[in-house]
Amino acid sequence: MNPSIAVILPIAIPLATMAISLLAWKSIAAQKWLGLAGSVLLFFSAAALMWLVDRDEILVLQVGRWPAPFGITLVADRLSSIMVMLAGVVLFAVTLYSLATIDDRRVDYGFFPLIHLLLMGVCGAFLTGDLFNLYVWFEVMLIASFVLLTLGGERGQLEGAIKYVALNLISSAAFLAAIGVIYAATGTLNMADLAVKLRSFPDEGIVTVLAMLFVIAFGTKAAVFPLFFWLPASYHTPPVAVSAIFAGLLTKVGVYSLIRAFTLLFVTDLAFTHNLLLLIAGLTMVTGVLGAMAQSEIRRILSFHIVSQIGYMLMGLALFTPLALAGSVFYIIHHIVVKTNLFLIGGIAERRFGSGRLSEIGGLQRSMPVLAILFFLSAMSLAGIPPLSGFFAKLTLVRGGLETERYAIIIAALVVSLMTLFSMTKIWAEAFWKPAPQEARASLPARHDSRRGRIALFAPIVLLVTITVGIGVLAGPVMKVSYAAAEQLLDPDAYIDAVLPDRLAAEGDLDRQGKLNEQIPTNRNPSTLNGPPTSLRDED
Amino acid sequence: MDSVILRTAIRFLFPLLLLSSVFLFLRGHNEPGGGFVGGLVASGAIALYAMTHDVAAARRVLRVSPRVLIGSGLLLALCCGLAPLAIGRPFLTGLWINITSSGLGKVHLGTPLLFDLGVYCVVTGVSLVFVFSLLEE
Amino acid sequence: MDIALAITVGGLYAAGIYMMMRRSVVKLLIGLGLLSHAANLLIFTAGGIVRGRVPVVPNGQSQPITEIADPLPQALILTAIVISFAVLAFALVLIYRTYQTLGTDDLDQLKATDT
Repeated sequence: MNPSIAVILPIAIPLATMAISLLAWKSIAAQKWLGLAGSVLLFFSAAALMWLVDRDEILVLQVGRWPAPFGITLVADRLSSIMVMLAGVVLFAVTLYSLATIDDRRVDYGFFPLIHLLLMGVCGAFLTGDLFNLYVWFEVMLIASFVLLTLGGERGQLEGAIKYVALNLISSAAFLAAIGVIYAATGTLNMADLAVKLRSFPDEGIVTVLAMLFVIAFGTKAAVFPLFFWLPASYHTPPVAVSAIFAGLLTKVGVYSLIRAFTLLFVTDLAFTHNLLLLIAGLTMVTGVLGAMAQSEIRRILSFHIVSQIGYMLMGLALFTPLALAGSVFYIIHHIVVKTNLFLIGGIAERRFGSGRLSEIGGLQRSMPVLAILFFLSAMSLAGIPPLSGFFAKLTLVRGGLETERYAIIIAALVVSLMTLFSMTKIWAEAFWKPAPQEARASLPARHDSRRGRIALFAPIVLLVTITVGIGVLAGPVMKVSYAAAEQLLDPDAYIDAVLPDRLAAEGDLDRQGKLNEQIPTNRNPSTLNGPPTSLRDED
Repeated sequence: MDSVILRTAIRFLFPLLLLSSVFLFLRGHNEPGGGFVGGLVASGAIALYAMTHDVAAARRVLRVSPRVLIGSGLLLALCCGLAPLAIGRPFLTGLWINITSSGLGKVHLGTPLLFDLGVYCVVTGVSLVFVFSLLEE
Repeated sequence: MDIALAITVGGLYAAGIYMMMRRSVVKLLIGLGLLSHAANLLIFTAGGIVRGRVPVVPNGQSQPITEIADPLPQALILTAIVISFAVLAFALVLIYRTYQTLGTDDLDQLKATDT
């Protein structure tokens, strides 16, 4: 068996799960079991992919045997495999949680097929090596998230969805325009090929303009300052399970794309692009946390913290040293686990009282002591208290900043960290310490769960807390993995050579293509034209 | 929608539209056409039927739920993608065979055709889910 | 021809952005549609425009003989159109339901989830 099969599995498994659960539409029980089975399978395929990537460095799959840069290429390097692994973990936890929380009406509308469609888009975006293909995966993910966001059709959901849909469509249009311009400039969309061509691109100004278009496109998806407004307006409206999977994965696809674009493609004008990214990172951190401090509803507070933490992930990218980038990767690993978990915990509190407003809930420390411990661990990890996972992530980033002597961003990171702690303490004091409010003012009825339901509610949270603590205890090995991923990212030649094995041979005919370009002025892309070799077809 | 003209016309148009959708689908093999357009024409035919009669009647004509169409189409496409893996080729590589039958002469068949059939089913199913849910209000 | 198309692309962007700044949700949606058309046309222009020649390399040749348009952008646009069709269909249903549930299409009234 060819190891590159492992690259297709994280896309094929959600697709198959979705298709089969569409066929089993009528039975709600069957859908639930299929959803669970699909998530377990995805988890194992992601683990296999990670193991293979650890062994072989970079796995490349040329879909349909069309060689790069003509066909669609799927690439799994260390960062992609880590991201797919995290997607598998989040999907499993959220599926378990949704078994108990998603009502039958939503399951009947197709909750489980949609979750798997979303995961297919997410994994596809992590694994693709082609810009247009990335756009397609983004759209797959977006369409699934649109429907998930509105599923159930409550007032708040519809209202939040309009903002979410509108702003994400604008960013898609920007992405599409960027693809058009980059294709016109270079004549290719394969990322490895683009990396080669952009390095020797004659007009540096155009490359920087392109970089800015991608900052807008990916930045909106990643919710960076000042493009984040869709996130806090919509993330608190859908059911908790949906919020949690969005919080864990969607913005991180934007961050992943930014990391990919600004380590592989746009590395010619570091002084401008990466300094701008650093500025964005700082502003994102600060505005996010300030927004969070003004909120008084659990999920709204947590939504703003997503924004603030996207800043940390960008910080490592902007500093652009192996250590700082390793910090970013570590931060992503830590953040996805903790953030998903906090949303799930907040969901239990909301479920208990029928409301997420801090003024309407309280006394959880006494009534649900286990939940209190779990929340405490996750919240402290988010704030970066040693020895939990967030501490090591932030420590690495700060060390990366010290290394490059960017003191302003370090100060911002540390202050934001303190404010995060403050904001987590606020939730702790209001929801857990304060005695429960006397009269029930909540808008929704409180719910009490059966024993089986409670297991499905708490199992994913315990699992995720264990991972958080595990990352803290085993910080060394996790750091090693992150560092390896960062080093690989900073060495784009390995990526390019893996995707374009006969690049050296092709480099010879770059000159030839240049001449062709002069002969045929309107035809901007000679390489694709003499590309799809008809002989390939005949072999089959 | 209550229009005598449309209701009379659809009686003749319905089979014609379905036929042309199959034609478009098969033509897509070497010329413009294919599963996507074919599926759209087919769903257009059924949508017209649903508008002139009612959604329940259109569902009866369709026989299977549009969701089953989506699911089976996706599965079919996925299987076509995975089939080449069995003989050691990468995902989505086309596999071709030539069949010589007495009636049709030499026919060139392959997984891309089946893949396109999957697309046809998915497109029909998805657009009908939209149309039915809007018409059923 | 390129210049005419470039002006059209610019006009579409301008119109799209203007529509998006209106308060009505329907106009927002029309603006989004125009924006995606503009992006598609931009890709189309990027592919180079040549009339009526088939982008097929003849047998025995390694490159096209005459000047031809690049077919790849057109394939990209086709995909993008299909996607934007699906997304806009969804968005239409969404604003329809929002109008039914909330009884307004004025974006200024849709502030309950804002912060």
